[in-house]
Amino acid sequence: MTTAARPEAMPATPGTGDLLLEVSDLHVEFRTRRGVVNAVNGISYTLHERETLAILGESGSGKSVSAQAVMGIIDTPPGYVTQGEIRYRGEDLLTMAESERRAVRGQQIAMIFQDALTALNPVYSVGWQIAEMYRVHRGSSRKVGYAKAAELMDRVRIPSAKERVKDYPHQFSGGMRQRVMIAMALALDPDIIIADEPTTALDVTVQAQIMDLLSTLQEETGMGLILITHDLGVVADVADKVCVMYAGKVVERGPVRDIYHNTAHPYSEGLMASIPRLDQKGGQLHPIKGAPPSLANIPPGCPFHPRCPYAREVCTTDHPPLYDVAPRRQSACHFWEEVLAGGN
Amino acid sequence: MATDLNGRPRTDGEPLLRVEGLVKHFPLTQGIVFRKQIGAVQAVDGISFELRRGETLGLVGESGCGKSTVAKTLLRLEEPTAGHAYFQGKDIFALGKRELRALRRDIQIVFQDPYASLNPRMTVGDIITEPWEIHSDVVPKDQRDARVSDLLRRVGLNPDDRNRYPHQFSGGQRQRIGIARALTLNPDVIICDEPVSALDVSVQAQVMNLLEEIQDEFGIAFVFIAHDLSVVRHISDRVAVMYLGRIVEIGDEKDIYERPTHPYTQALLSAVPIPDPDIEAGRDRIVLEGDVPSPANPPSGCRFRTRCWKAEDICAEEDPALIDRFGHGHPSACHFAEIREVVTS
Repeated sequence: MTTAARPEAMPATPGTGDLLLEVSDLHVEFRTRRGVVNAVNGISYTLHERETLAILGESGSGKSVSAQAVMGIIDTPPGYVTQGEIRYRGEDLLTMAESERRAVRGQQIAMIFQDALTALNPVYSVGWQIAEMYRVHRGSSRKVGYAKAAELMDRVRIPSAKERVKDYPHQFSGGMRQRVMIAMALALDPDIIIADEPTTALDVTVQAQIMDLLSTLQEETGMGLILITHDLGVVADVADKVCVMYAGKVVERGPVRDIYHNTAHPYSEGLMASIPRLDQKGGQLHPIKGAPPSLANIPPGCPFHPRCPYAREVCTTDHPPLYDVAPRRQSACHFWEEVLAGGN
Repeated sequence: MATDLNGRPRTDGEPLLRVEGLVKHFPLTQGIVFRKQIGAVQAVDGISFELRRGETLGLVGESGCGKSTVAKTLLRLEEPTAGHAYFQGKDIFALGKRELRALRRDIQIVFQDPYASLNPRMTVGDIITEPWEIHSDVVPKDQRDARVSDLLRRVGLNPDDRNRYPHQFSGGQRQRIGIARALTLNPDVIICDEPVSALDVSVQAQVMNLLEEIQDEFGIAFVFIAHDLSVVRHISDRVAVMYLGRIVEIGDEKDIYERPTHPYTQALLSAVPIPDPDIEAGRDRIVLEGDVPSPANPPSGCRFRTRCWKAEDICAEEDPALIDRFGHGHPSACHFAEIREVVTS
């Protein structure tokens, strides 16, 4: 039981460490029998050391696919990266030879998935699966591998790690399995961890434990963290900067405080108004009308226009570019000034 | 009968629903031919609460705390192990088949998963009218068509949607269909078992607003089961917090959220991040250690003591009763209950 004050959200200095990752104009599509699904339609972002970038969006916004493209784990066919660059420390992963790319992913960029039970192999012990990182990438022996696995499990605070190295995934609780996933991701000291909805399947007290662990580890190692989530609370808690995604595009991005307090896009504004808050009883909620579009059939012009209270003629025809609202802060809305002025 | 004109909770007289000492244990068995019981999962272990007409009681807790089992036993979808539940004075658990059928007209349920709870081979119209095949006296045959249109319109769907199938609708729309189905028999109580947790953020609010409108309009009481504490606060008049099959604290929404007294409630509330970076930066978080123990083998005494920072010897020996410890009408099951603010508003 600890009642420690939470580590102060990194002082607002995004962009001070080394530039780790630069994604620019990334497009991903899935060619299915029933037509092309445009999952990601030109997204760009950067990630620096010690920085936490949150990619916020609802299901079907393309947030997970964009992360899978960075990891190079999109199944081809049907998925294709059709355009864009993914630069890790200046080198484009997409044009690299497969063998070089494999060295980067896994060693330098690691990923944590939402559902640890399906992400782990049920017929191997967790120690074996963690040790695999060392056996494959470092050529370690089994014995060394297991020893390192136990060390890592201890580091992610799995109690009596040494005795549990040879246990199987089903013998762990949901929270502990997620810790095993984090241990695997940490194994080779990556520069970047991409966490795809890491706490969505977990109870709220366990979610607090896992987010706590991730921030502590980030402080120790200085890694960059990309957090993919739909939870506005988690984002407010840990992120330095935010990309809000809708229909495969970034609609707004900037430092976390600006996104929450000076919203410049109607979609983000709508999201904030539609969630009930723990600290307010509040009156009526103000939902966004309608439902998110299918990625196989994205509306012309601004994809948000059918649901947008600010929408006008121009929105149905012209796709808004990302306008600069302030330094390091952009919004893809023709009427961002109006949103900003009337905003919450 | 179901319509209370102002939709306000009536505080006089007998509550609509009174649950006393509800217990549900699922037996754990061993062997195939000579099956013997080797233990029991104590899913719900002696809970009591009241529901007044037209109010919303939120039931919160983490997975495995027994909140959905409470819902199922109240409808007798699961038979309780012990306890009583009085609906308008009649004990639900003692009803015969015929009376039970009548009861189910008054208590309806909306399920969590809008994909699994609608029959994919029935049209929306069939789904909504099916309850009238059993309860044929609710709406006369010649008025049913009009009623379906009214209901669909009421939940925000198009009356022409009646000929479509569930797969043609989005998750939020399907949940609206589920709500329309629950309304067909003019119930007094609707049990909402995680009705918005499968929905996207922007759609959640639509369904919650719909539930509130329906409550105001028809005076229906809700038992609202959810794990999302913000959602529960928004919709509930009173809240019961559950842990390992027991209610640890129960009271008005304001009492529970602003003056929680049980350590588990405090930890739970402090673990929920608030969507405001400035508030989050200044918040202390109570991070509980470990996991919820197995309900097949719960700790002796207070069930929360294994994770509690206040636990002392007495907690292992004596089960703390759920009683009003501060004279606020806000009972708490902790030997060391004290008010601690964890959510500043």
